[in-house]
This record gives sequence, C-alpha cells and structure tokens, in this order.
Amino acid sequence: MNDRRGYWKENVNLVLKLLLVWFIASYGMGILLVDFLNEFRLFGFPFGFWMAQQGSIYIFVALIFIYVVKMNRIDKKYDVEEDESHIPIEDMNREDINKSGGA
Amino acid sequence: MDIQTLTYIIVGITFALYIGIAIWAKAGTTDDFYVAGHHVPPLANGMATAADWMSAASFISMAGLISFMGRDGAQYLMGWTGGYVLLALLLAPYLRKFGQFTVPDFVGDRYYSNAARTVAVICALFVSFTYVAGQMRGVGIVFSRFLEVDITMGVLIGMSIVFFYAVLGGMKGITYTQVAQYCVLIFAFMVPAIFISILMTGNPVPQLGFGSTLADGSGTYLLDKLNGLSTELGFGQYTDGRKSTIDMFCIVAALMVGTAGLPHVIVRFFTVPKVRDARLSAGYALILIAILYTTAPAVASFARLNLIDTVSNAEYQSTPDWFKNWEAIDLIAWRDKNNDGKIQYVAGNAFVGSPQFTDGRGPSGERLLANADGGSANELYIDQDIMVLANPEIADLPNWVVALVVAGGLAAALSTAAGLLLVISTSVAHDLFKKMLLPDITDRQELMFARMAVAIAVLIAGYFGINPPGFVAQVVAFAFGLAASTFFPVILMGIFYKRMNKEGAIAGMVTGLIFTAAYIIYFKFIDPAANTAENWWLGVSPEGAGTIGMVLNFVVAYAVSRVTSPPPQDVQDMIERIRVPRG
Repeated sequence: MNDRRGYWKENVNLVLKLLLVWFIASYGMGILLVDFLNEFRLFGFPFGFWMAQQGSIYIFVALIFIYVVKMNRIDKKYDVEEDESHIPIEDMNREDINKSGGA
Repeated sequence: MDIQTLTYIIVGITFALYIGIAIWAKAGTTDDFYVAGHHVPPLANGMATAADWMSAASFISMAGLISFMGRDGAQYLMGWTGGYVLLALLLAPYLRKFGQFTVPDFVGDRYYSNAARTVAVICALFVSFTYVAGQMRGVGIVFSRFLEVDITMGVLIGMSIVFFYAVLGGMKGITYTQVAQYCVLIFAFMVPAIFISILMTGNPVPQLGFGSTLADGSGTYLLDKLNGLSTELGFGQYTDGRKSTIDMFCIVAALMVGTAGLPHVIVRFFTVPKVRDARLSAGYALILIAILYTTAPAVASFARLNLIDTVSNAEYQSTPDWFKNWEAIDLIAWRDKNNDGKIQYVAGNAFVGSPQFTDGRGPSGERLLANADGGSANELYIDQDIMVLANPEIADLPNWVVALVVAGGLAAALSTAAGLLLVISTSVAHDLFKKMLLPDITDRQELMFARMAVAIAVLIAGYFGINPPGFVAQVVAFAFGLAASTFFPVILMGIFYKRMNKEGAIAGMVTGLIFTAAYIIYFKFIDPAANTAENWWLGVSPEGAGTIGMVLNFVVAYAVSRVTSPPPQDVQDMIERIRVPRG
C-alpha cells in the first residue's frame, strides 16, 4: 500500500529490460541480422538459422522464468504478495474467491 | 496388426479417456463453467494452455509448412511462442487480478462502456469461429485418410465428443480434458520425431539431430546435404530466407501480438487461483509448447530430406504405398510431363491451382489431371498439410507409431476446438445476455444459457467442418491480425496507461479493426491477383497487416485520449488495484 509508485516503477523497469532481450533475440538475431549471423556456424547449424528456429524460443522460456522469480522477489520487497503461499485445491468454498472472482 | 485396426484402438482409448474425464469434472456453477472456479493449479493450467494453443495447425500443418518454406518457417516458430512472453509480462497477471470471466468483461469495465464491450464481443466471436473452422478441417482430413470413414461422419464423431465434455463440464471439463490431450499430443509428436532423428543422424534428440552429421557415415551435416539437394533442384538453400526483412518482421510481430490477444488463450489465465500462479503458468505453458515448437523445425528438415530422397527421380510404379494412398484422397498429384515414368521434383508449380482429377489413369497408373500446365519442369504436387501425418510412413516406422500420430492430431484439433467453443459460449451467455440484454437472470439460468450456447456453437462448427468454406486458410491471417490490432493494444493501455479513456479505446479499436480488415479483404478477396510484393503497402503482406493495424490503434487511441476527458475516479482506482497482486 505505502509505496505503490515504487513497486510499479520497479515492475515496469524489469519488464522493459526483459522485453529488450526478447526483441534482440527474436527480431534482432532471428530476422534483422540473420544473414550476417549465418556466416557463423554452431555445429551443423548456420547460427542465424539456429537463432530463428531454435535459440529464440529457448530464450523466451528463460525470460518468463526470470520474470517469475524476480517479480516474486519484488512482491515480497514491497509487501504486496498474496496472503497464503498456497491455496489447497480442496478448499473449494473460500468466500472471497467465489464471490468476487478472486479480486 | 494393420494400421487401421491399430488406429481404431488407439483413437478409441483416447476418446474413452476424454469422456471419463468429462463425467468426473461436471460443472455446477457459472464460476466452474467459465473459469473452472479459479481452482486450476499452475502446472495443470500450463498443460491445458499448451493443448488449447497447439491446434491442428501446430500439430498437423506447421512442420509441413516449414518443410516447404525453409528458414522463413521461423515466422511461425517465433511468432507463436514469442507472444507468451508478452502475455506473461504484460497481460496475464493483471487480468487475473481483475478477476472476471472474459476479455470483453475487461474491456467493458475498464472502459466503462457497453459500446466497447460490444466491439470486443464481435471480435471475440469472429476470431473464435474463424479458428474453429480450421480445426474441423483438420479433424476431417485425419478421419478420411486413416479411418476411412467419410469426412461428414468423422466430423460428427469429433463434434459429439466435444459436445459431450464441453456442454457438461464447461471450462472445468475442458481444462482437465486438455491436460490429457496435451499428454497424448506431445507423446504422439515426439515418438516419431525421436525415431526419425535416430534413423537419420543417430542422435535421439531431434533438436540436436538436425544439426548433426548424417548416420550414413558420410560425415556430412544434415543441413548441408539438404541445402545441397535443395539448390540442385532449384529450390534455393533451405537455411536461407526468401521473404523480405520488413515483411518477416511484420508477420512475426502480428503473430506474436495476435497470440497475446487471442481470447481463448487469455481466458486460461483467469482459471488459476492467484496472480503469481498466472505468471508461473504462462512459463509452464511456454515450456510445454516449446517442446513441440523446437521439435517441429527438426521434423521439417528430416521430412524434407526424406521426401526428396524418396520421390526425386523415383519410378512412379515403385513408389511406396503412402504415396498412392495420399494421391487417392487428392493430396498428392503427379503428371508425367516427359513420359519417362519417373517423378521429376524440382522448383515451380506442377500445374495451376489445386489438383482437379479426372477419372482416367495414365500409362504408369497415375491419376490424370485436368489442370492447366504450371509452366515448369516440376511434375509433383504435394499438399503441405500431409507432411506430419505422412512422415512416419515416409520414414517407414512401425504401424503403431502411425496410429499414435493420428490420435495426436485429433487431440490437438479437439482440445483447441473445445477452448474456442467455450469462448464463444461465454461471449454469448455472459457478455451478451447477462451483462447487456438480460441482467436479471440467475446464476442457474445463465449456466443454462451457457450450455445452450456451447451446443449451438458446436453445431455451427460442425457445419463448417462438413462444408468447409474455401477461405479457411486465408482467414487465419485475419484472426491474428484482428487480435493484434484490436485486443492487444486496448488491454495493454488499459493496464499501463491510466489516462486511457473510453473515447480513445473505442477509436483505437475501430481504427485497428477497419484498417486490418480492409487490407486483408482487399488482397485476399477483392483483388487476389494484386496480392504481390509490389502492391503491398510498405512491402507488408496481408499476414503482417495486423502489425500496422496495431500501431495505428496505439497512435489513434493516444491522440484521442489526450483531447477527451480522463476516465472516472473509480476506474482509475480499479487500475491501481489490478497493478498489485494484493489489495
């Protein structure tokens, strides 16, 4: 509650940094620089071709998990993480969830 | 056992499994029906999202398309995975915090306007119906080739299965069925890929296999051999691109942003218990999708090499059974132009358009064609959709593998169809009836409406499956273009730009919608002859039009919002609330 502005700013900063990597991996190395990178080889792959058809996807996966870990940390730092660490699945009748749809 | 008996057994087992799950996961409330009660654990949601997302197009068509496109096929690989990064970082957590049922819900509440909600409902319905029609074509192809029932019967069987679990279980039934379908489809995709990778390169990991040397002891890298053969036959290097850079850029952007804006994908993140689960399950979903998406390009190059090896300069009479089987259902065609009885497979169209068979047989026993000549030495026509289904046969794998691939293709098509049907029913029952036309109905009545809406949607989808509109392939670009140029910008600005108001959002959506629709309709329907790079605006093909539409949407929305009044205080408070996980 007390420092929502700070929380939001850190959140947006993190997202922008990750999206920069996202852009470089896919549009940068997989499209714009692909022919240049094809001059280099990674085992049997021309490197640009590998980035376009493989590498970029691995980087996407890594980005989401980095985001998950860092966001959880930021949530904790600003004390805005959700109450319990885990809601048991059997707990079907929690009122706040059913009534307000979780909000 | 022969392929057909095995196929019946394996497909039968998977169908029985789906029905069993449906009975177990019956929905009792609208909460269950729309969002599985917000109780789906993140990993299960990840699997369901992956199955929801990977359609007949991903499973059946994509590797085939890449096989024929070479490096440019990366547009699908990057475009249909990169969107999950946008989804996880920019949309999913906030939409989960918002906590309603649908995308039009968010648009309607955030922009305090039923006009905005209506535009959103129309887009959601259009996108979903477009997509469902494609799934049904997939089901039809699979049934007619492998189970030798006619397409109508095949579609009816598929529809009744979906009908059963979607009407009974709603989102809850669909979610847990999709978990099972993910397992079936990924197993079915990986087994033949691993087999073929071992056969061709000795490496059991397909992702590494297609960068390895061939197992024939020559020491040549697989891609080098493929590049050599492709160049020899006039197709150009497999690892080179043919599309212009700007076109590639716009197509990839439209597919990525479109992915993040598709309502049946977004709604999956409404089903998890918490905000942090929404983030995590996007990560799980992408890993599970990436397993298939990193294997597909490997399968594509294996299939390409195998295909060229098998058919190039082969005698028609000595071609394997699969060749004639696919020819029998119109998906392969051969015209012996130089009358040597051998298949010349080189660059260029064998003839104009898709094959029009006559009743007659040629000297080698091939089916004769009525098409006009394509003006090249190429004699072979291959429908790109058959590559994944034919691949195990081309590589001469055991019959049970072929049967497994059939079950996988059906799982992919049915899981996506179910997710889409649910979006359609929710849009009608919840957004249209409950929120606008009949606000006084009870939860039970709304649930009944939702069930009826699914039932009707299944029937309409079934109709399109049996009588596929000729324009299915063309309208897929439409679905992504519309999602990219309408939903994505308004949702994104709704979260990240507090000043965005009703006027801006509606103006933006309408601009994006009109531009993208007009661009695609002009080049695909009004003047298809002009659909060439010289005529495209900025060199962007209709497939990439959604990207320009999206940019226009952002610009117009921003400009209009600056000169109109800011959103009311309660909406601004709501935005503050959805930005933090708690409170």
